[in-house]
Amino acid sequence: MRVVVAMSGGVDSSVAAGLLVRAGHDVIGMSMQLYDQAGSQTSDAGPSSRAFGTCCTIDDLHDARRVAATLGIPHYIVNFEREFADTVISNFVDEYASGRTPIPCVHCNGDLKFATLVSRAEGLGADFVATGHYAQVDLDPASGRYLLKRGTDPAKDQSYFLFTLTQEQLSHAMFPVGALDKAVVRDRARELGLLVAEKPDSHEICFVASGEHTSFLEERGTSARGGAIRDVTGKTVGTHGGIHRFTVGQRKGLGLSSPIPLYVVALDAANQTVTVGPKESLERSELTASRVNWIAGTAPTSGTRVTARIRHRHQEAAATLTPLPDDRVRVTFDEPQYAVAPGQAVVMYDGQVVVGGGWID
Amino acid sequence: MRIYFDHNATTPVDAAVAETIARVMTGEFGNASSVHHFGQRAKAILDEARSAVAALIAAEPSEIVFTSGGTESDNFALRGVAEALEPTGKRHLIASGIEHEAVLVTLRALARRGWKTTLLPVDHSGIVDPASLTAAITDDTAVVSVMHANNEIGTIQPVETLASIAHDRGALFHTDAVQSVGKIPVDVRALGVDLLSLSAHKFNGPKGTGALWIKRGARVTSILTGGKHERNRRAGTENVPGIAGLGVAAQLAQKKLTGEATRLGALRNRLEEAILARVPGTAINGSREPRVPNTTNISFEAVEAESLLIALDLEGVAVSTGSACSSGTLEPSHVLRAMGLPSPRTQNSIRLSLGAGNTDADVDFVVAKLPAIVDKLRSLTRAKVRA
Repeated sequence: MRVVVAMSGGVDSSVAAGLLVRAGHDVIGMSMQLYDQAGSQTSDAGPSSRAFGTCCTIDDLHDARRVAATLGIPHYIVNFEREFADTVISNFVDEYASGRTPIPCVHCNGDLKFATLVSRAEGLGADFVATGHYAQVDLDPASGRYLLKRGTDPAKDQSYFLFTLTQEQLSHAMFPVGALDKAVVRDRARELGLLVAEKPDSHEICFVASGEHTSFLEERGTSARGGAIRDVTGKTVGTHGGIHRFTVGQRKGLGLSSPIPLYVVALDAANQTVTVGPKESLERSELTASRVNWIAGTAPTSGTRVTARIRHRHQEAAATLTPLPDDRVRVTFDEPQYAVAPGQAVVMYDGQVVVGGGWID
Repeated sequence: MRIYFDHNATTPVDAAVAETIARVMTGEFGNASSVHHFGQRAKAILDEARSAVAALIAAEPSEIVFTSGGTESDNFALRGVAEALEPTGKRHLIASGIEHEAVLVTLRALARRGWKTTLLPVDHSGIVDPASLTAAITDDTAVVSVMHANNEIGTIQPVETLASIAHDRGALFHTDAVQSVGKIPVDVRALGVDLLSLSAHKFNGPKGTGALWIKRGARVTSILTGGKHERNRRAGTENVPGIAGLGVAAQLAQKKLTGEATRLGALRNRLEEAILARVPGTAINGSREPRVPNTTNISFEAVEAESLLIALDLEGVAVSTGSACSSGTLEPSHVLRAMGLPSPRTQNSIRLSLGAGNTDADVDFVVAKLPAIVDKLRSLTRAKVRA
């Protein structure tokens, strides 16, 4: 069977490719060029170029190529710069400007890897696109539908970033490392003789260097217009340099002196206002979300019990869901949750299975 | 089965060339600058290669400076002339918009150091109009650089006319002949140029060797400084094995030049006609004449060139989409863009460049495979548009 593997140059997708080769598949490695990875490092690129983040650099592309050579598979770098700019980066910029906190990885998975790349793969006679995500996809024989499940390593589970996948997309998806622990993946990398076996994990957003996201946004047209910082009663307590510098739940960088720790509670794009308050004011016992994707293709019944995750590293909380019209959902938590950030995703689970997810309003 | 249709990227090293390189590398290790026996042997090898390269382009051996290849030769020509003529007050450089990056990026670097630069436009034909040079050139122009044959579409530029326009205004003329030397007869004096770049690996020689021909008397400053190698024009111990290989490749190329040009031209034309006839929505990019005989650049309507290249590679056929950058990614061709082709066409064109090993069977194989591959890619494009 012909499979295209999206190779980032990291250990997970490298091992994914290796396991597919071992299983006897006809494997084609592809790495996505998402922005001018080479230009950001060459002196002749001129003064306007700046270094992007630490992941997906030209070195990562080289690593992917070397892994492919070790595995004896063809490898291509495909240019998705335009698609990446049009979908992932533009969404990232727009969301921050609206006072929301985006998750670009979700768009990259749903709009590039399991859309554009799948279509490219089909053109090459490949029915599947595999990635190094810690997640699992199973065909449920009872319903005939695909199930999206967590990766078995709880510390590495990445199902949160895949909640937008449709049944059609899942039917083309393979996650070869999803049933393995990270330590086992590294062991496999060593067995396969892959040079990336000891490569550190990446954590940051790949196209923005750590601590640079403000300048990244401002270079792309986000207004640096400041505004007022108000407390929860509406009293002005300070000023700020643009709401794109803030995220709900943020504590550092407010520039306020206060006897009690203050957190960002809300961002108002229309009035360029940042609202701050004590930790208790971040508590929410329910949220609504839009553009919900139900993995099974249809909404579950109202009152369905789930555990819900409101950001990647969030400790999931028990909740009850109420599907709303227009692909929306209300999630009511048993216990109040801190820092429900608009723009982040709420992903709902039934045990190991992803029920669905949506974008927090 | 692997078919190689990317000879403008590089060519396989001829067996006789490889044998010479291996023999020189192991048996003739001397430094050509050394006075003793070993040095003399190495020097003799350089002299022989220099004569062979000179003969290939109808030049004098003393006018040949060995370099590391086309990129260094282009840098040497442009930077060397710029530095030599800076004291005369000349501050202007001209090149065509379809030059290789070795010229374009070098020009940009010089522009940052205060040189004025002008890029000559081309139209759909992919051929520079001499009138545009007449309009652009000034008494300040130090050098005009227009390639002999374009690497992506193969069109041959009117170098004789352009060089004469340059000389009328007191400018030097450089031509990047990397894609023509070894493919068609090249006579530096008939072309009327002052500087000419060539590269060994484009005509079955080794990578990492080439030459800059500098017409006797032309003022060019060295860009690599150090010892007095290459008549004090290019410092650095000579790559004797590579240069020996270049010499043999030049001899072989000269010997079979006309015959091979005729054979490849016929093969290329058959390939083109068959593709145009059997794959709907195809067109040749650029003028079909004058063109180097081995090159064709074809656009496939509603097909992403990147996918077509990969699909062909998976079938064992190596083609290209123009120039590949260092990371091996595919970019829209600056040549097709400079020709004013609309953006879908710059994204759906591939280059097939033929060479010594190619046969009728290779052409038949590609022509048999292409229609189904293109159909499949088009059906997905249409599906995406509908969705």
